[in-house]
Amino acid sequence: MASTVHCSIVSAEKEIFSGLVEMVVANATEGELGILPGHTPLLSGVKPGPVRLVLEGGQEEVFFASGGFIEVQPTAITILADTALRADDIDEAAAREAQEKAERELVDNRSEIEYGRVQSDLAEQAAMLRTIRKHRERKR
Amino acid sequence: MANTKELRTQIGSIKNTQKITSAMEMVAASKMRKAQDRMARGRPYSDHIRAVIGHVANASAEYRHKFMMEREISRVGYIIVTTDRGLCGGLNVNLLKRAVMDIKTWTDQDIEVDLCLIGNKATQFFRSYGGNVAAASSHTSEEPAMSDLIGSIKVMLDAFEEGRVDKIFLANNVFVNTMTQQPTIRQLVPLLPDDESDHRYPWDYIYEPEAKVLMDGLIERFIESQVYQAVVENGACEQAAKMIAMKNATDNAGDLIDELSLVMNNVRQAAITQELAEIVGGAAAV
Repeated sequence: MASTVHCSIVSAEKEIFSGLVEMVVANATEGELGILPGHTPLLSGVKPGPVRLVLEGGQEEVFFASGGFIEVQPTAITILADTALRADDIDEAAAREAQEKAERELVDNRSEIEYGRVQSDLAEQAAMLRTIRKHRERKR
Repeated sequence: MANTKELRTQIGSIKNTQKITSAMEMVAASKMRKAQDRMARGRPYSDHIRAVIGHVANASAEYRHKFMMEREISRVGYIIVTTDRGLCGGLNVNLLKRAVMDIKTWTDQDIEVDLCLIGNKATQFFRSYGGNVAAASSHTSEEPAMSDLIGSIKVMLDAFEEGRVDKIFLANNVFVNTMTQQPTIRQLVPLLPDDESDHRYPWDYIYEPEAKVLMDGLIERFIESQVYQAVVENGACEQAAKMIAMKNATDNAGDLIDELSLVMNNVRQAAITQELAEIVGGAAAV
């Protein structure tokens, strides 16, 4: 049997996942990270995007994290997400609508502060849609 | 006869009080459920981030954040979280007593103390007790938003960053269960390393991107979440303590009413007996 490591994903609202996993794949600030048990300590930021867990026995589960931090210890992995969702729970229609709205705002509105906010909104929604797509592919 | 009337009005007024306290008990019970919910939702995040920060403080990092360095202490800061309203038993009193005791140990060493107060009760208390209040905020709603709290906390953190304060503590009530609330004082900064992990050999994280950016973000998030959790937890404590206090008040009012009714009935009986005796006596005389 493959070795496992304890992983927990918590968001500001609740604990989304806690259990043993064989691998964690997350979207870190510097690129995609795949973490196996016994990894050397690592601390990194997390970009909005999918977090994929390979559970004990090879089953996979996909989550969405909208930014935050990931801490890796040899025996435990913690993902502190600002908000996190199970991929099943993401409402695709709502995400697409939000994306379109953000795009429209980007065209209409050019004040500086707004611009930054809308752009990060847009990135988040795009990441959410990406998560859904990834989740679908895996299901097939 | 005047006596029974007096007793009756007294019983009436106690009954009114009892109605109010029992209504307050029910309100607190329903609010408590919501407050507890809010607290339970935030707890995993604040516990995990505290664990992560504990690890970080343990690492022998090449980059030491300002918030991680122990300094010589010349002034300390306290963030004290109390409720806005009273009628919640000894909740605030216990916490403030703890805080005052703690503060005294510092002042005995000639170390000055700055206070950042959240909640009306703390503000009132320190207005009469004295103390150097650097910031105060009150009337936080039952669903506190981080933005409401950040202002007064920022005063403290800025003071720390500029070196005016060398240690910051956070004092609040911790919700153990409905019957027990534990006044707790914890050190917020400099960050405390956790003592569970072993220190046999020095180690450090791989930082991605660079350590400074990462630590700034993480520590900011940490402090926010700790203070937010303290306020939410204090809210749950308030409702629980209020519920218990009001339940006791209702029970006591019931006991008082029972006792007074007994006395009143005695008096009334005595009056009736006396009247009868007078009538019988009068009839016998005729």
